[in-house]
Amino acid sequence: MLDLPTANNQLRTTQLVQVRTESPTVKTFMFTDRLCSKAKPGQFLMLWIPGIDEIPLSIMDTSNGVISVTVKAVGDATRHLHNLAPGATVGVRGPFGNSFTESRGRVLLVGGGTGTAPLLFLAKQLASKTDRLSFVEGAKTASELLFVKEVGGICQEKNIITTTEDGTAGLQCLVTQPLASLLDKEKFDMIYVCGPEIMVKRIFELTEARKLPIEASLERLMRCGIGLCGSCVIGKYRVCRDGPVFNAAQLREMKDELGISKIGFDGSRIPF
Amino acid sequence: MESNALSIDFAGLNLPNPTMLASGIMGYSAESFHRIAKSGAGAVVTKSVGSQPRTGYANPTVVQAESGIINAMGLPNPGIDVFTEEIKFSKTILRVPIIVSVFGYSAEDYAAVAKKAADAGADAVELNVSCPHVKQTGAEIGQSPKLLAEIVQQVKAAINKPLIVKLSPNVTDITVLAQAAVEAGADALTAVNTLRAIAIDAETQMPILANKKGGLSGACMKPVALRCVYDIADQYEVPIIGCGGVSNWRDAVEFLLAGASAVQIGTAVADDIEVFQSITKGVENYLRKKNARSVKDIVGLAHRK
Ligand SMILES: Cc1cc2nc3c(=O)[nH]c(=O)nc-3n(C[C@H](O)[C@H](O)[C@H](O)COP(=O)(O)OP(=O)(O)OC[C@H]3O[C@@H](n4cnc5c(N)ncnc54)[C@H](O)[C@@H]3O)c2cc1C
Ligand SMILES: Cc1cc2nc3c(=O)[nH]c(=O)nc-3n(C[C@H](O)[C@H](O)[C@H](O)COP(=O)(O)O)c2cc1C
Ligand code: FES
Repeated sequence: MLDLPTANNQLRTTQLVQVRTESPTVKTFMFTDRLCSKAKPGQFLMLWIPGIDEIPLSIMDTSNGVISVTVKAVGDATRHLHNLAPGATVGVRGPFGNSFTESRGRVLLVGGGTGTAPLLFLAKQLASKTDRLSFVEGAKTASELLFVKEVGGICQEKNIITTTEDGTAGLQCLVTQPLASLLDKEKFDMIYVCGPEIMVKRIFELTEARKLPIEASLERLMRCGIGLCGSCVIGKYRVCRDGPVFNAAQLREMKDELGISKIGFDGSRIPF
Repeated sequence: MESNALSIDFAGLNLPNPTMLASGIMGYSAESFHRIAKSGAGAVVTKSVGSQPRTGYANPTVVQAESGIINAMGLPNPGIDVFTEEIKFSKTILRVPIIVSVFGYSAEDYAAVAKKAADAGADAVELNVSCPHVKQTGAEIGQSPKLLAEIVQQVKAAINKPLIVKLSPNVTDITVLAQAAVEAGADALTAVNTLRAIAIDAETQMPILANKKGGLSGACMKPVALRCVYDIADQYEVPIIGCGGVSNWRDAVEFLLAGASAVQIGTAVADDIEVFQSITKGVENYLRKKNARSVKDIVGLAHRK
């Protein structure tokens, strides 16, 4: 649901107030923005790096009216962003897209890479409302595990599992590995997932086999961010407008494409 | 009222209602067209397709303006050879006509793409000769009556499906272009494509769109599009699709009164994908209130007064 008519959500510029290094490849950028300060966990914004590009980024925090986005340097736009210092001007449109629903009871969050960012935002909001909050987080290596301290401050230690591919922290495996047994051992009322699409797909298979509720945030190429251009379509859904958060019933409808193919820059279907 | 009060015969196409999806809006996949049709569209128009794939321009490709948006996508499209599969797939699941929008760099190019689209099952072809933001195509063609006529003739000769020409509003006198298209064999006209526009950011003092200039669409352009339809209908007996800023039933009715037989909807999809349904319902109520038996009965009425 778009809370504001698109015509009112015009691009505005703002200055970075703080830049924090989270890992060798990830930084968090902070700025003030009135509209985005009302964003809910799961929503994203379009960040304009003047003269370079405009890219979709999940909102990680809105405390005290300061908006945080956590960004991994993967290409041209994100590398340029990483070179910006406090005071630099950026443009903002949004917040766009839907958000995670607020569940009670026993909740599990599974994050891979920068997918941890919107889940941290969600965890902060759910902390006082749930009976048990569990967090499973995976990364390639120890130094790339994001928000370990923050998650530790929200979830009890026994409810946190970390995995690294090289074994430098936590279990040496993919984040999906410990999930099967966790889902068999403990009961969960909701499982929230954000990370690479292949990871989302595997976890969805695990929750489907056990008939568990799930909400997963997806990523697709985005241009307009408001449901017009068709760049971000998966199945019948637009990730920017109908998502980015989808529930089990919706994920089922897109299983021919989830983790299999996406629409590329030229509008053709390309395999992952 | 009979439900067929809303159905129209448009240039040989049977539409259950006079609303269509405009080109370039969710225009790539069969599943999107299916969803739009289920949201009530009487026909769908695809993204403009050319002979070769194009990745389009870098972001920002879209920027919100006052009551509208400016876009400079740069015609990203998979090329007609890939897109024929999507047309075929769409034909298996759609119950409303699919109109394939085509662009090119020469008359031969247009004709070749149009033929492939028609052969793949397109119910009609719409020529995008007015796309204002890609070099070598669009504006130049849509602004030249001679070039336009040449393209329309060649495409007409290449296909035997209805041929719709989508005009550019970025001309001094749109009726000159309308005449060129109709005399060259166009079966219908869409009026209009986007208005050339620019957005500049005061802080950074630079144009926002990566392509600098783009095309303005949405509510803010409605009065201009409406005038274009009115001007053409004033002079020619040709089926017209009104396009530009339609977002509710009243807008649609205004276009019908100006002389359009159908409307296309683009930007308004951002706020509500069910807009086709609500417009159709509103038009139906309007017809009842005005004691009109069908949509046809109100087309062009504004010209009498
Ligand atoms: C809803 C959503 C939320 C996101 N949230 C975050 C986040 O919180 N933190 C983060 O680090 N990254 C996030 N991303 C991914 C981020 O947008 C891309 O990493 C970024 O656009 C890459 O740009 P680049 O020029 O640096 O890389 P490029 O070299 O241009 O591309 C690298 C890869 O990034 C992806 N990409 C490029 N452009 C876009 C685009 N316009 N839209 C979507 N994907 C693109 C493509 O898969 C591409 O292969 C999110 C993406 C989406 C769709
Ligand atoms: C994101 C976007 C992409 C578009 N792409 C095309 C296109 O490929 N071909 C075309 O003929 N028109 C294209 N258009 C123009 C629309 O079809 C339509 O003419 C215009 O938006 C005016 O209608 P509206 O105000 O209802 O949006 C595009 C418009 C938008 C907003
Ligand atoms: S980014 Fe344009 S429709 Fe989603």
